[in-house]
Amino acid sequence: MDALIPLFVAIPLISAFLIIILGKLVKGFHRFLAPLTLLVLLIMALYEFTSLGGTSHTYAMGGWIGDGGFPVGIFLVLDGFSVLMLCIINLIGLVALFYSLSYIAKYTAEANYYALFCLIVAGMNGVVLSGDLFNLFVFLEVSVISSYALVAFGVGKTELEASFKYQVLGGLASMLILLAISLIYWKTKTVNIADIRNVLDAGYSKSFYVFVQVLLISGFGLKAAIIPFHAWLPDAHSSAPSPISAMLSGVLIKAVGIYVLIRLFFNMFVFSHEIAMVITSLGVISMVVGSLLALIQWDVKRLLAYSSISQMGYVVMAFGMGILLLLKGDNEPAAILAIGGGIYHMINHAVFKGLLFLNAGSLEYRLDTRNLKEMGGLSKAMPVTSTTSFMASMSISGIPPFNGFFSKLIIIVAAINGRFYLLATLAVIVSIITLAYFLKFQRFAFFNKAAGKAVQKIKEVPFPMSFSMIFLAVLCLALSLLAIPSVSETVLRPAIDVLIQFELYSTTLIGI
Amino acid sequence: MTVYLLCFVLFLVGLYGVITRRNLIKIAISLSIMEFSIFLILVLIGYIDNGLAPIVDPGSNAQVYVDPLPQAMVLTAIVIGLATTAMLMAIAIRLYRKYKTFDIREIKNLRG
Repeated sequence: MDALIPLFVAIPLISAFLIIILGKLVKGFHRFLAPLTLLVLLIMALYEFTSLGGTSHTYAMGGWIGDGGFPVGIFLVLDGFSVLMLCIINLIGLVALFYSLSYIAKYTAEANYYALFCLIVAGMNGVVLSGDLFNLFVFLEVSVISSYALVAFGVGKTELEASFKYQVLGGLASMLILLAISLIYWKTKTVNIADIRNVLDAGYSKSFYVFVQVLLISGFGLKAAIIPFHAWLPDAHSSAPSPISAMLSGVLIKAVGIYVLIRLFFNMFVFSHEIAMVITSLGVISMVVGSLLALIQWDVKRLLAYSSISQMGYVVMAFGMGILLLLKGDNEPAAILAIGGGIYHMINHAVFKGLLFLNAGSLEYRLDTRNLKEMGGLSKAMPVTSTTSFMASMSISGIPPFNGFFSKLIIIVAAINGRFYLLATLAVIVSIITLAYFLKFQRFAFFNKAAGKAVQKIKEVPFPMSFSMIFLAVLCLALSLLAIPSVSETVLRPAIDVLIQFELYSTTLIGI
Repeated sequence: MTVYLLCFVLFLVGLYGVITRRNLIKIAISLSIMEFSIFLILVLIGYIDNGLAPIVDPGSNAQVYVDPLPQAMVLTAIVIGLATTAMLMAIAIRLYRKYKTFDIREIKNLRG
């Protein structure tokens, strides 16, 4: 029992409540409470990260432990993988919130913004911690519904349209997930992830679970915007206020999409070759098509949104390769490399894509446009934005010494080691395409001649915005340290172990 | 078996509505129909023939009770469904104020 675990969900929920109640009475209350909440959560996440050390902690909600190996209540599980996700969520959340302090001042109803922001964080923390399928669904809906509201926060024509589209597809995804959960409960009579694994180990009918797995892949694929299910993402992520785009692209699609898919397919279902092939090919398709679609965009944030789809393709492909290699069984080092590369790229992507959306937000803040053709010559006028976005662009396109280079390298080396030569080639080609469209972004936004507008009058963004961007840019460099074997052994290894030794999750949780 | 098939038909009715309707409010209604077909499946999973409501009374003899867990889950799911529907309606009304129409063919700023 670890009493800190439920606080990850409770603290942001309470502060969302307090912001709504007291925000109207006390002036500036929300601007103070919301960053404080995220700071406390980040410190707690880092504390758990240092104290966990490869073990896993559980918390039984309401003290319902159950006996005879049958878990009765809801369990919250904190292990190497989820603690890493908690750190990313709360870190990006804190930075985006600090950035919002000056960015969001132009909107009305600020208090509602901060309350919704706390709710989205509460939901994501809950999804990452939950050890119970239905509870996971509830937390997923908490974070997703508040993201619907935040996408529409500008209440302009495009924002509302994007939010409606997002809601219809998101609602469809939630239904598929709920259907899958009810079918699983029908067969196994339990919704506890570890317990389901134990029931499945005793034997199961394959065709039924293939159906359930397909439902889950389409449901969470819609949430994670893997390519055939991606239609909502470019609209929603480009219409939202920029700090929210950073949250959605940086964390939300990972926490409620990729993380859950990986957790369920590694720790709950028994691996099967067909599903692993489906996951790998979905990853490859979204990697290639996403980057090609990004190449033709002229709207900065749409370009970044399509690039998110493409980079998530790398992560999904890496995990798919990991499953395929584990199934073959003769090449475990390559599987460890692939899964480690996937987790590493997921962390890196949260940092540099968060930074890029904050950069796009700064451009929009000063220029009131997102069209690349109307920008140009900003490198002198906005030195901080220009430098940080250059670092992030080089990082995402895989130029050493930035973090993106190392994670992509690890994935490509794993593909070569596992004899997936086609995938390795495609990963290299997509990386070059990524470089192409980020050079386009750099050239048209910062280095071209000014396009008509008087660039001289444009000043650098206020302190909270520039500070958040500099912080993330430094992190882009610092995360390259994770490529050093001894560092990654302490940081990434616990997360990899949770996924490689997949049966430990069910045995340790049931054996309470 | 018939009941499950009827649930599936209800699901398809909702899906047909989401795909073919052009009116924002009708899309929202179709989504609700789909949602409720899944709630029905969830309740049916916990149903046992001749089962009683799961309130254990020490005086009564051993009887068959229906499974209470899906009922609890469906109540939670209904509350979530209410929140999503309310959110969808709020956005639809805001869209109507901006565009003066509910027709999705007229609302297409976002392309590409």
